[in-house]
Amino acid sequence: MSLDAGRCPNGHLSCPPHPRCPECGEPQSETVDLADETATVVTWTTSYATPPGVREPNTLAIVEFEAYDVRLLGQVDGDVEIGDTVEATYTEELRDPEAGIREPASQAWDGYRFSPS
Amino acid sequence: MTDVAIIGASMTQFGERDGWVCDLLAEAATACLDDTGVRADALDHLYVSNMASGEFEGQTGVPNALAHDIGALGAYTQRVDQTSSSGGAGIYAAWQSIASGASDLTLLVGGEKMTHRTTGEATDVIASLTHPHEYKHGVTLPSFAGLTARAYLDQYDAPREALAEVAVKNHANGVDNPHAQFRKEINRETALDSPLVADPLRLYDFCPITDGSAALLFCPVDVAREYTDDYVRVAGVAGATDTHVVHERPDPTTMNGVVKSGERAFEQAGLSPEDVDVAELHDMFTILEFLQYEDLGFAEKGHAWEDAMDGTTARDGDLPINTSGGLKSKGHPLGASGVAQGYEIYKQLVGEAGDRQVDAEVGLACNVGGFGNCVTTAIFEVGA
Ligand SMILES: [Zn+2]
Repeated sequence: MSLDAGRCPNGHLSCPPHPRCPECGEPQSETVDLADETATVVTWTTSYATPPGVREPNTLAIVEFEAYDVRLLGQVDGDVEIGDTVEATYTEELRDPEAGIREPASQAWDGYRFSPS
Repeated sequence: MTDVAIIGASMTQFGERDGWVCDLLAEAATACLDDTGVRADALDHLYVSNMASGEFEGQTGVPNALAHDIGALGAYTQRVDQTSSSGGAGIYAAWQSIASGASDLTLLVGGEKMTHRTTGEATDVIASLTHPHEYKHGVTLPSFAGLTARAYLDQYDAPREALAEVAVKNHANGVDNPHAQFRKEINRETALDSPLVADPLRLYDFCPITDGSAALLFCPVDVAREYTDDYVRVAGVAGATDTHVVHERPDPTTMNGVVKSGERAFEQAGLSPEDVDVAELHDMFTILEFLQYEDLGFAEKGHAWEDAMDGTTARDGDLPINTSGGLKSKGHPLGASGVAQGYEIYKQLVGEAGDRQVDAEVGLACNVGGFGNCVTTAIFEVGA
């Protein structure tokens, strides 16, 4: 399993990837795996009113992979504050695919949670 | 381009309603036509702003249903879905229809029926606008607000009380709005002591789940007087998008869709933020009132909270914001909200806002979809 960011020929990254680079419009021709990188918490929240199939409470953070100048949002295990360093851990099912409104087959449900490193 | 006027406006009672989406749309549509003395069969175009009638109630094709129900058969119909900013996008579409000469009489009706669902289900319907990566992590629109509010308070050293002040102000305004879902004053302590929903935001930082509908009637300015003595001119209206994936924005406290749609609307109107006398901002969450206030140019970045604290944005202040009570106390029936913003500005400019009346000749409405993903800003002037 990998945590892929898309990269265009001009070196811009986005995570998740897009068919074309949001910054310059070139195709994102390669991917960079961020799974083993550490990141810094930009901001966080704990949600106490979650939709069907989502854990409650659900702590979420936007983190920045400073080495790559790219940000990502994800669930958090444990307590974090702005500026904390976190690492990514693979999780098979982030929410129950059958409980929500979205068609289960239309997307992936596994991914990476962050926790203090 | 033809200069565009709004010659009539209506809104239904917002709140928990017995009717379904088509009932609510028909109620607002007929009230608006009757108020202006226009027959439905005179309409050239009929637009319906609605985000999710299919998801909420299993009813699709609502514009055609409405045309039949109100006797507007033959009119060209179109549904406008731009999530939470469907109403603002509807104002844009209706303006376009008249400005282009394609229609001489266009009725815009926005509506949503939501309260028959649980809060979790309604939250999930709205969260379905997010990117698959965001959705699988259980992100909701309220959690985006929590993430953004924490960043804002941290970045600009703003006090938590400032967000409570937005809720206090908008609830106070809602008391005088007979159509509002909540007509109850609250104090700062009530807001600050309410249950955490998306830390640091609490219950009173969020708008409720609401049923309701609103309508606006458009025609060319040069025939407006044939219908009514008092009308409002659409001076500028423009939309813009920002990233779909919210965390890909360089600064979580800036909404570029607001910045761009505001700049474009002001340019079209030949006006600047200093010219605005009253504004309806999309306070789905208290923090959003600050972001729009800054991104539209009413204050420098990081300073909107000061204007909330010192009363500048209160009804008797220099720039009253959300005299209707805002989404916060009036309620937020998704597709109706942007149209209802237009209703409030129309009422303020023609002098029919009752106890909410302020002195205004130029008004602005900013309608935000997603978490700033798509935005429409409209500027209205008293008809000459
Ligand atoms: Zn690029």
